[in-house]
Amino acid sequence: MGGIDPVVLIASLMVASTPILLAAIGELVVEKAGVLNLGVEGMMILGAICGFATAVETGSPMLGFIAAALAGAAFSMIFGVLTQYLLSNQVATGLALTLFGLGLSALIGQGYVGIKAPSTPQLDLPVLSDLPVVGPILFSHDAMLYVSILLVAGVWLFLTRTRGGLILRAVGEGHDAAHALGYKVIRIRLMAIAFGGACAGLGGAYLSLVRVPQWTEGMTAGAGWIALAIVVFASWRPWYALIGAYLFGGIVVLELNLQAAGVKVPVDLLAASPYLVTVLVLVLMSRSKSRTALNAPADLGRSFHATA
Amino acid sequence: MTTLLSVDRLTKAYPGVVANDDVSFAIEPGEVHALLGENGAGKSTLVKMIYGLVRPDSGSMTLSGEAFAPSEPRAARASGVAMVFQHFSLFEALSVAENIALGMENPPKMSALSNRIAEVSQAYGLPLDPARLVGTLSAGERQRVEIIRCLLQEPKLLIMDEPTSVLTPQEVEILFATLRKLREEGTAILYISHKLEEIRALCDAATILRLGKVVASCDPREKSARELAEMMVGKVLHQTKSAGQELGDAVLSVHDLSLPPATQFGTRLANVSFEVRAGEVLGIGGVAGNGQDELLSALSGERKSADHVFLHGDAISRLGPTQRRQIGILSGPEERLGHAAAPDMSLIENALLTGSVRENLAQKGFLNWPKTRSFAERIIETFDVRTPSAQSAARSLSGGNLQKFVIGREVLQRPEVLVVNQPTWGVDAAAAAAIRQALLDLAAKGTAVVVISQDLDELMEISDTFAALNGGKLSAKVPAAGLTVDQIGLMLGGAHDMEVADSHADEALHA
Amino acid sequence: MIRLEKRPNPSRLWTALTPVLAVLLTMIAGGILFAILGKDPIEAIRTIFWDPLFNEQFAAFSRPQLLVKAGPLILIAIGLSLGFRAGIWNIGAEGQYILGAVCGAAVGLAFYPSESPLIFPLMVIAGALGGWAWAMIPALLKIKFGTNEILVSLMLVYVAEKLLASMALGALRNPEGGGFPGSRNLSQHPGTANTELFPGTGMHWGVVAAFIAVIAAYVLLNRHILGYQIKLAGQAPRAARFAGVNPNLLVAVCLGLSGALAGLAGLFEVSGPAGQISIDFNSGYGFTAIIVAFLGRLHPIGILLAGLLMALTYIGGELSQFMLGIPAAAIQAFQGMLLFFLLGLDVLSNYRIRFSGFAAKGAS
Repeated sequence: MGGIDPVVLIASLMVASTPILLAAIGELVVEKAGVLNLGVEGMMILGAICGFATAVETGSPMLGFIAAALAGAAFSMIFGVLTQYLLSNQVATGLALTLFGLGLSALIGQGYVGIKAPSTPQLDLPVLSDLPVVGPILFSHDAMLYVSILLVAGVWLFLTRTRGGLILRAVGEGHDAAHALGYKVIRIRLMAIAFGGACAGLGGAYLSLVRVPQWTEGMTAGAGWIALAIVVFASWRPWYALIGAYLFGGIVVLELNLQAAGVKVPVDLLAASPYLVTVLVLVLMSRSKSRTALNAPADLGRSFHATA
Repeated sequence: MTTLLSVDRLTKAYPGVVANDDVSFAIEPGEVHALLGENGAGKSTLVKMIYGLVRPDSGSMTLSGEAFAPSEPRAARASGVAMVFQHFSLFEALSVAENIALGMENPPKMSALSNRIAEVSQAYGLPLDPARLVGTLSAGERQRVEIIRCLLQEPKLLIMDEPTSVLTPQEVEILFATLRKLREEGTAILYISHKLEEIRALCDAATILRLGKVVASCDPREKSARELAEMMVGKVLHQTKSAGQELGDAVLSVHDLSLPPATQFGTRLANVSFEVRAGEVLGIGGVAGNGQDELLSALSGERKSADHVFLHGDAISRLGPTQRRQIGILSGPEERLGHAAAPDMSLIENALLTGSVRENLAQKGFLNWPKTRSFAERIIETFDVRTPSAQSAARSLSGGNLQKFVIGREVLQRPEVLVVNQPTWGVDAAAAAAIRQALLDLAAKGTAVVVISQDLDELMEISDTFAALNGGKLSAKVPAAGLTVDQIGLMLGGAHDMEVADSHADEALHA
Repeated sequence: MIRLEKRPNPSRLWTALTPVLAVLLTMIAGGILFAILGKDPIEAIRTIFWDPLFNEQFAAFSRPQLLVKAGPLILIAIGLSLGFRAGIWNIGAEGQYILGAVCGAAVGLAFYPSESPLIFPLMVIAGALGGWAWAMIPALLKIKFGTNEILVSLMLVYVAEKLLASMALGALRNPEGGGFPGSRNLSQHPGTANTELFPGTGMHWGVVAAFIAVIAAYVLLNRHILGYQIKLAGQAPRAARFAGVNPNLLVAVCLGLSGALAGLAGLFEVSGPAGQISIDFNSGYGFTAIIVAFLGRLHPIGILLAGLLMALTYIGGELSQFMLGIPAAAIQAFQGMLLFFLLGLDVLSNYRIRFSGFAAKGAS
């Protein structure tokens, strides 16, 4: 184990966690509005290819991220229209979004396999970035990583401190009551879904532009699903989503490091560990029902149809 | 003084039904105006139009002399119209203050709002803790949240939809004191109810609706309850009568039953004990949300417990619903759609839902559809369920017809014990009378019947014995004959958390 | 303004019509997609839907493939449909399919080189058990702890894929394979082969199993109390508990059954069309079966037809790849689109669409 440097480990776990964190914080908002979108994986991978292609074509990773967010949001609107206006089953429609996203992204990505993305610049502050330990961990990342943390803070502020956040939570708690008070349930939910799509798109682009950075078919490899699990783990609390994502990133990085260090554990068992850990976390979370129940939006996954 | 609200020839039609037909009436400032009518008479649609939830097909309204056509509740609130719903539009997982903020256009900061809530609730004798989660409040307290939410906007017109259906008699008195205080301050109140004595006690004017039309306007203080009832129903109702027969041996007994709540905001049953004898109708009164659902599910077998429930002395607590049906314990839950019946399934499939065991509708797991169909048709015929056919989906039936089907389904299975929860809730008067009669007939044949209801009039009408359920505790059972409303109110635990309120209410009453 | 109005009774006509309409709309939208890719849309659609069955040049090869591809799809989708009806979402059929193949193959390879006729039945049992056991993990976690079965069953797909890779490279690797990954070929060994029953039809034991599953599911759903309970639990969970349905039992039955059927599908595939355990043995049948289940309206007969249609898009897709250079991914997107249209049109069976307010707008 001597080959593993804890500072590098922490710095790289932050990078490894960011795609999942971005997707999770978006889905958290969607679920707080009472919508269960299982299409995170599909939106992520679409964001991954759209961001990658745009960055390659324009040479600008920044434009890539913007394109990824727009693509994710646009793609999520298929889900939005189907579930909110046409009242389709949210579970089935989310699955469809994932299946379609995997196919569509592979189609778009045909010409981009094996190409290298323009590199995303990293923060380089004089003095601060050069500090030992603190420098590499806190002050030497790319801008998107900081954006992801700002997003968490922003979502937390929005949900707990603003009227808009209160209304969003109210829509998720009881859409009929919210409707009776005159709030536009469908419009609010569509906005939440679009935000979730944009975040998932960003998460995907972070994979293809920073973390890997390359395009391969199916490169999300379940990251979107893990983001869904992180939302459950966090009991719909933004800062806990950050903790969950970083813990998860830690496991991934550790696993890769252990593989590299040649530890005598079967490679496939190591490779499966992130998924097994996710299952374990889900089990642990579902055991403590009272804690999750209070935060789980009461109308999560239920279709809303105004009868009045 | 100009008329506050005048409604002129409002009409609203839905496919297959004209909910409001050419409805006109007027409310003066400071007037408590009753809107009286049976379930389905069109009261709800009418107030939804005033509150901007529904757009009228034709007709017009004026408020304080100006044209008034709210396109959404927000517009109605801005014009000074507030509404307390029958089914509260509250969010259980949010706090009292958050709930109130959601109902306001420009709420102040949370801390300032909390202070305002404390102020107003004291002033009107409706104490509330702004930080509490609404899910932990009783039905009466939830109503206070709604009322205070309205009062903070200083409305000119306050609409109240069946406000007393969730209150104990003492709580009703407190509410009335609050409403009278509001009237003195010049607030007009549109009071929707089908409870005649209340309207006679509180209201200055009444508009009576029947089948979507205004059939009469009057001063309710000058009419007898009977006269009002006949205007409302349009015919003289024949009352069900208790058979008053000899009771047999104890059939069902419950000893010291305690059960944790099934849901986050459910009620814990604590040491519930009672017994019911053959031929007895036991009425269990109490405001909804005090353990009614939990009690029903403990008796139906949906929730099992240690040995606390006995049939003829045999412990049956550990049996599931199917096994309990086998030995003759049948039940009818409160929620018709989704609990007693599956909304999207046909009446035939819904007949199978509880009938499979006692009616022998399945052999070795294989279903006998012809037999099930004839069972369903027997229910429809015996209980006069109005439906095109047994193949119609349960959700296509009106509340009264579906309730007749659901109760009939159990009655036809010749139960030894029948437990029903709110058997006539939201059901039209004719269907309600038929259901009550069916329960009485069943008892006359020797079934032990338990009726859980928050309609005290109903319980007084059909019960031999009465017990009150309050906060998950059941009072001792007493003979129903000769009970007064005040006695019942005391059995129901009086007013919930009303110690503070009482003093203020007294002041208000004597002011 | 367009408004939706709930129908008092679900429309049978629209329930039957929506899949047909969804297929037509998908053809149109797919045609547009192909046009964007620079292909002739009409030719592409014809190549996918018509040529595999009726083109003289290809039909001889393609027609048998129809049953070969439809078999596993139908088998898996029938299992999934039971759970979907009960509101139990097993979306990890791909993993159960892998486990069925691995377990079945392991049993077959354990007896190698025996050619006893008892081996294949044993493999079938092992395959079903493997899929069943893999599906019982989310089932037990859901029953015991209330863990979300969607996420657990899906996570186990990735675990199964790693396991598959490890088997192909390790325990089940062909010792005479010269170090290449992959097991011995099961389909070319008499004791373990799932042979084509009638030459030239593509009919193998897996297809027979799929037909049996269709009939059994039909009887279960229409004639048996368990099928009634499954439907009841999905439509009105509270009413189901009131009726005496044990929700835990349903979770175990639905997940277990769908896992066993997916495992069977995997076993019949590995011992027949695929032939061996290899790293890329699984080809997404477990996910496509979800589309098949919905396209078939969760109805056994519907699933039979939908399975055949979806198999056609697979074969037609390969053909269009070969003939027109349409990428394989386009077919995947095409299948996803089909599901979207279906879900969107579903609204018609329970709601009526009303156009209102036009007159008012025109006047003002």
